[in-house]
Amino acid sequence: MSGRSGVRDDWKKSLPGPENIHREVLSNGITILARSNFSSPSVTISGFVKSGSMLDPEAKLGLADFTTSALMRGTQKHSFDALYSALESVGASLGLDSGMNTTGFHGHALSEDLPLLIRLLSEVLREPTFPAKEIEKLRHNLLTGLAIRAQDTADMADLSFDSILYRGHPYARPEDGYPKTIKAIRREDLVRFHKASFGPKGMVMVVVGAVDPKKAAEVVHRALGSWKNAAQVVCEPPGDPRPLRQTTRRHHKIAGKAQADLIVGTNGPRRTDPLWLPASLGNSVLGQFGMMGRIGKSVREESGLAYYAYSSVSSGLGPGAWTVSAGVNPTNVEKATELITRELRGFVARGVTPEELADNKANFVGRLPLSLESNAGVASALLNIERYQLGMDYYQRYASRIRGITREQVQEAARKFIDPDRLVIASAGP
Amino acid sequence: MPKTHTKTKLANGLSVLLKEIHTTPLISLWVWYRVGSRDEVPPITGISHLVEHMQFKGTRRFPAEVMDKAVAREGGTRNAFTFLDWTTYFETMPANKIDLALRLEADRMVHSLFDAGELASERTVVISEREGHENEPMFLLSEAVQHAAFRVHPYHHEIIGDMADLRTMQREDLYRHYKSYYVPNNAIISVAGDFDAATMLEKIRKVFEPIPAGNIPPRLSRLEPEPRGETRVTVEGPGETAYVQAAYRFPPASHPDFFALSVLDSLLAGPSNLNMFGGGGISNKTSRLYRALVDKQFAVGFSGGSNLTVDPFLYSISITMHPKRKPEEALAALDREISRIQNEAVAPGEVARAIKQAKANFAYGTENISNQAFWLGYAEMFATYAWFETYIDKLAAVTRHEIREAAQKYLQPRSRVVGIYVPTGNGAAK
Repeated sequence: MSGRSGVRDDWKKSLPGPENIHREVLSNGITILARSNFSSPSVTISGFVKSGSMLDPEAKLGLADFTTSALMRGTQKHSFDALYSALESVGASLGLDSGMNTTGFHGHALSEDLPLLIRLLSEVLREPTFPAKEIEKLRHNLLTGLAIRAQDTADMADLSFDSILYRGHPYARPEDGYPKTIKAIRREDLVRFHKASFGPKGMVMVVVGAVDPKKAAEVVHRALGSWKNAAQVVCEPPGDPRPLRQTTRRHHKIAGKAQADLIVGTNGPRRTDPLWLPASLGNSVLGQFGMMGRIGKSVREESGLAYYAYSSVSSGLGPGAWTVSAGVNPTNVEKATELITRELRGFVARGVTPEELADNKANFVGRLPLSLESNAGVASALLNIERYQLGMDYYQRYASRIRGITREQVQEAARKFIDPDRLVIASAGP
Repeated sequence: MPKTHTKTKLANGLSVLLKEIHTTPLISLWVWYRVGSRDEVPPITGISHLVEHMQFKGTRRFPAEVMDKAVAREGGTRNAFTFLDWTTYFETMPANKIDLALRLEADRMVHSLFDAGELASERTVVISEREGHENEPMFLLSEAVQHAAFRVHPYHHEIIGDMADLRTMQREDLYRHYKSYYVPNNAIISVAGDFDAATMLEKIRKVFEPIPAGNIPPRLSRLEPEPRGETRVTVEGPGETAYVQAAYRFPPASHPDFFALSVLDSLLAGPSNLNMFGGGGISNKTSRLYRALVDKQFAVGFSGGSNLTVDPFLYSISITMHPKRKPEEALAALDREISRIQNEAVAPGEVARAIKQAKANFAYGTENISNQAFWLGYAEMFATYAWFETYIDKLAAVTRHEIREAAQKYLQPRSRVVGIYVPTGNGAAK
């Protein structure tokens, strides 16, 4: 590798930052972030509009998800088939998915086809026609999806978990609804929902790839700059759920399955919480680092109970969750729960060791090049910068921020969020 | 800088393929062994995969946890895969840390301990992995179809192996398997990334060349006789959703017909994404089968694809049934489409489109160093790297006549297995 260190030094200088990200806010409220990467002749787009399942009415849960799925079923200029034909013929891809607080979109294409990709995105966001025939086809797909969900141990454990952790809170409700609510949704509901909640206000669009950033922004401007929706209701993240008073267990029975899925967890930080980074580093020690951290060591490596056993901090603009997940033989649910709870107790009581902290800091800093090598990786980083207002130089300051985290901060995060006597224990299986 | 790759055979028979890519300060190292599930007979089915798991359980020099931590601390990522024909291990590391990966891989080529206690817990981990698969209707169906398709050839069992064998195979079986196949003359190393090829070759020589060559057992090659008629299998299981899989006997990847069949697959089922990592993926909503199966509401989804294998394997079309349709109706629709492509000329535009899609997928794949190192070795497992480098040109050379001929030759009902997953309802589930 002699003589190549210059490449690495250049790369360090070129971490995403204010001098190499083009940021522009259009007059209608759309924020554009663009960055070039000429290592491959391809380009990725990613972003969101501020519509989401938070806005679903109780009797029509799944409305945001249904609406989002229907956007690509036809526009004023393209039928469903013509739209996909335009994309697939050039090897491009475009997809949308609705979350609680935002509705995301993502796509990729050869860079020569970027204008086409953005033009089609603009069409599906602004001019969907919701053709009645397509809506009924989609309804069948969604209902089949729910029938498959009812058989999926991980999905059903997740659903149970959310319904307990977020009881009385909007996050308790499934984004994809229930068969009854999907059947209750009419085409007019989709039209109304789209009209009310899709608009440029708060929209973010990221473009990364073999393209000049300013030119990319111009393409976005041309396609979406004239979008207006005076009636747009912007989806805002909700407040915190009520704290747990005690440990609550629930098992959802699914007959005939060979394995049960188990989730043990509690509330977690929002992504904007100052304790998020210490919590994330602590979580790595708990159930990520190496072969899934302490949880992996206890549940998988030493006890052989599970193929997967790991912890995660899932955070967004709204309240997060800190969970441990494992897939185990139905006879081992109790034992795995005990081992996981024991690890959580130790984690809260004693925190992390200096050696663990040093290892995990090194991992967080060292893996940065790997997470930023592809267009999609950089796009995700840029989206984080904007969505969570991390600052344009976040990734350039990242290493020093990680190095500055102390054991006390990690323990503070663990203690603030995890109370081993107030957990949600959800499982699904036979 | 060399334009493409170098290939060297060391004195002990180890092949080394190197490709310099200086876009990101990363190096991805892969070690490939020509051993997979096709090298197994009852009662040791699944042994290649279990050996792969045991390869993470440590050597004297690098005990399991030391190995995992060392890679994670440096910001690297590592994993392994077992396939029908091969087993592979990789580390993708920051470029200046690659020596660690080289030492680890050379060490575990010969010095893995296969500790009996470690085997006891890893055995249940793999059993748990299989139980997780058994939760999925498509796994149960695919396993039955694969078994029905291969009575003679050792492709007849799932890579993970039969539960009976997972429970009973012994440490001696595993160690013998390891010692027989994990020898340098049965392995290749592929490395891509930010290095100087001459320097990298020297590093590899230093750690791998002292490992002595071994006697490799002759490969099992009991070729499957020509099928004499369609085979039908039925699998019953929980749920409300029916699934259908039609699997046709396909030639190996090195066969001249394979390229016409790749274009055929693209027309029928949409472009297959051959990338192991990184961007890519193009939807299949304007493929012939989408229009015939999903658009016409026989199914809610489907996928099609073949595998790149050494011996003839299968081209499978998997269908998730529409709740109001019967599997026979979907099969009839499938047969109509197959008959159409066998009897009617393909439009020139359709072929050009398939080529552009393949080109786009290739471009997405080059965003990712791990993916490029993967291909450098993967192609050698069933052909040579030239197969990969000339893939697009070979696709572009396929004529419309060849596509039709390939459809007539390979998509015959008499050479297929049809599997149907019959849902028995939700049982005691809510």
